[in-house]
Amino acid sequence: MGQQRITRAECAHVAALARLELTDEELERFTGQLDELLDHVAEVEALDVGGLAPTMHALPIANVLRPDVVGEVLDRDEVLAGAPLAEDGQFRVPPVLGEAP
Amino acid sequence: MTAVEIAAAVRSGQRLARSVVDEHLGAIEAGEADVHAFNLVIADQARTRADEIDGAVAAGKDPGPLAGVPVALKDNMCTRGLATTCSSRILEGWEPPYDATVVKQLHNAGAILVGKTNMDEFAMGSSTENSAFGPTRNPCDLSRVPGGSSGGSAAAVAAGFAPVALGSDTGGSIRQPAALCGVVGVKPTYGLVSRYGLVAFASSLDQIGPFTTTVADSAAVLDVISGPDGRDSTSIGEPQPPVSDTLGDGVDGLRIGVLAELSGDGIAPDVAARLQAAVGALTSAGARVAEASAPAAVYGLSAYYLIAPAEASSNLARYDGVRYGLRVDASSTPDMNTATRSAGFGDEVKRRIMIGTYALSAGYYDAYYGKAQKVRTLIINDFASVWEQFDLLVSPTSPTTAFSLGERTADPMAMYMSDVCTVPVNLTGQAAMSVPYGVGDDGLPVGVQILAPALGEPIMFRAAAVLEASL
Repeated sequence: MGQQRITRAECAHVAALARLELTDEELERFTGQLDELLDHVAEVEALDVGGLAPTMHALPIANVLRPDVVGEVLDRDEVLAGAPLAEDGQFRVPPVLGEAP
Repeated sequence: MTAVEIAAAVRSGQRLARSVVDEHLGAIEAGEADVHAFNLVIADQARTRADEIDGAVAAGKDPGPLAGVPVALKDNMCTRGLATTCSSRILEGWEPPYDATVVKQLHNAGAILVGKTNMDEFAMGSSTENSAFGPTRNPCDLSRVPGGSSGGSAAAVAAGFAPVALGSDTGGSIRQPAALCGVVGVKPTYGLVSRYGLVAFASSLDQIGPFTTTVADSAAVLDVISGPDGRDSTSIGEPQPPVSDTLGDGVDGLRIGVLAELSGDGIAPDVAARLQAAVGALTSAGARVAEASAPAAVYGLSAYYLIAPAEASSNLARYDGVRYGLRVDASSTPDMNTATRSAGFGDEVKRRIMIGTYALSAGYYDAYYGKAQKVRTLIINDFASVWEQFDLLVSPTSPTTAFSLGERTADPMAMYMSDVCTVPVNLTGQAAMSVPYGVGDDGLPVGVQILAPALGEPIMFRAAAVLEASL
């Protein structure tokens, strides 16, 4: 393995971006495992693909349109029944503002 | 009995669907404690549905081409009012408010759902050991993994719990477990089968397909589940010809390539020997076989392990404790999101989310994700050249036979290498399937992979039928 590609601090930053809280043990382990993976995939860095367009998906389609008419929709109560907490026909969550994340 | 035989017997009134279902529920009762193929078995509902089918036949109605056929469904396909967990704690207790399109199609064809199968959490893994509910074991040898991520579906068919199971294949998650369990597994062309109601992992790669014990059964199932769906904007707009109709047409005159990049380095000698035997069988049946090369295919694994996690990190952002399943309470929503995700996701899912988040983050996007997308184009171009010279390609499905439980869990990179033969096809969107072709030195099943160009399912199935008949 060559130089370290991702540090423990970067790994912690990525976890925070992904809304994951890691224990010290997890952070240590994941840093090593992510580093090993990034080292492997780094082989693509050496490839000359400058002139190629990126592929987002393999189908030869761009926009898919349909007539703008209301179709069959899901029942609201049935959808909300799957949520941890609902009230007055809406999802209920703890305060969003007022506390620094 | 195969699925085709069951359907024929039930449709003609020679056999009751109820007796078919009872027989399979009996097999589940006898073997499930050892194998753990299922997250959920719905015995009562299956019996009720079987009685409905029998009632329809008695009334002179045709219940459809899969009449009375028990089906197991990977637990990432939505079933209305039935828990759909993706083998993750984060969805525990969630019951979807709708059925996936494939679930409706199977129902309308007369099939009978018997249960939801175990899987690697959110389909991330190659051994079904990354399940929050414990691993599935390989019915051929209980000390081995069944492969993954659709290991529960593969094991259910191999163990005789159901003649048909559906799985999803993002990087090999149908074909690799099919190979390791000794059953047929099909990854159809991207867009051939609707993904409406399939819990998304990597949306540009995911595809649903069947597991069965015979090639004809997979053809029959694919003919039921393929076709356009207005609820899936990536489904191919035009209906395709049924693959069952041309199953017996053989391979005489077809040009078949042995894909060098997936058939040389890293392939176990006993697996390579079975591929050679398959090549012999295809040649004997009149195919013109030669070596083929798609040089960029060797970069498939690297491109895949950037693209799939990137898409996954985006798709899995929805598990935030607001809309489904688990919530771990906290005093603010951001803290609740973090607490829920940290408690609800397992290690492999966290790893993939982090790889993806990293590959998409400012400063690394061009170097990793952007580059991987261009490598994807390179791989597609290389395969396009190959298809000018060949009608089909063959390779091993998996570099080895089934490995032992625990063997690769501590080393994610070793686990990822299990997918080296299967990922290129997901990147290109083409069709591929695994056909069981004898056993390796350890007596465990070996699968041969057949690759076809997009919508090449009819000829792919012809070659699969030739291989099956040559054993």
